[in-house]
Amino acid sequence: MASIWQYANPRKFIDTTDRFLPWLSALALVSLVVGLVWGFFFTPEDYRQGSTVKIIYLHVPSALMAINAWLMMLVASLVWIVRRHHVSALAARAAAPIGATMTVIALVTGAIWGQPMWGTWWAWDPRLTSFLILFLFYLGYMALWAAIENDDTAADLTSVLCLVGSVFALLSRYAVNFWNQGLHQGASLSLDKEENVADVFYHPLLVSIAGFILLFVALVFLRTQTEIRARRMRALLARERLQ
Amino acid sequence: MMPELGKYAGAVLSSYGISLALLLLLVAVSVRRARRMRRELEEVEKRIRRNG
Repeated sequence: MASIWQYANPRKFIDTTDRFLPWLSALALVSLVVGLVWGFFFTPEDYRQGSTVKIIYLHVPSALMAINAWLMMLVASLVWIVRRHHVSALAARAAAPIGATMTVIALVTGAIWGQPMWGTWWAWDPRLTSFLILFLFYLGYMALWAAIENDDTAADLTSVLCLVGSVFALLSRYAVNFWNQGLHQGASLSLDKEENVADVFYHPLLVSIAGFILLFVALVFLRTQTEIRARRMRALLARERLQ
Repeated sequence: MMPELGKYAGAVLSSYGISLALLLLLVAVSVRRARRMRRELEEVEKRIRRNG
């Protein structure tokens, strides 16, 4: 049986992801268009939130991906620390700008929704604050990669930063459960059907979430390929300079 | 075709506008950098092969 570690070979990773990328991209596009068009055009207003409920189709998936992108980076960083596979460190690097963008979308759409619903753009609520700190961790992570010339040293240091930042990724997810004192309501999605949003909002939301997940995976594949090529080019140029 | 968004039209439309713009920018930057890096690496590999 083939081992997952075969994809730690950069050539193998590029060849395999090249085969999946067109399908993943197409599926991501279709899911996003269906989810967002369904949610925006074909769902009713909420009796309390009015039409602002339509923001849920952007806010919930982006917040979910903001947290899960960091958790994916954590797994990839641990693989780097334990097994020293370059592809995993580069995959973590590739995921960071995507996670940062998702965090910005979650923060901005949350603020836009909060103004009419809570009467304020921002509150130092546990979930909002931990999300803002998570965004700062994303910026710090990307800055650290950019600041260090040696790839292996950069991978080591950013992996440690990723481990530390994971506390805030988890806090962002569970802050509402830990501290029942903020403005932010509980999770919109739950295994408990009673706590879930109504079906009329739930189904397009699931399609939209699927679209965000597929987009994330497609972009991580594409950007990891780019990081692998960039690393190879740096190595070739360095070797050329020595000759 | 356009749904009735009432007094929250500004909030809803700006949320969609900003989010879609950010997603499109992310995709465009990723695709552009991927193409550029692929091309540059091919050129470097070709040059190194040529020069032995």
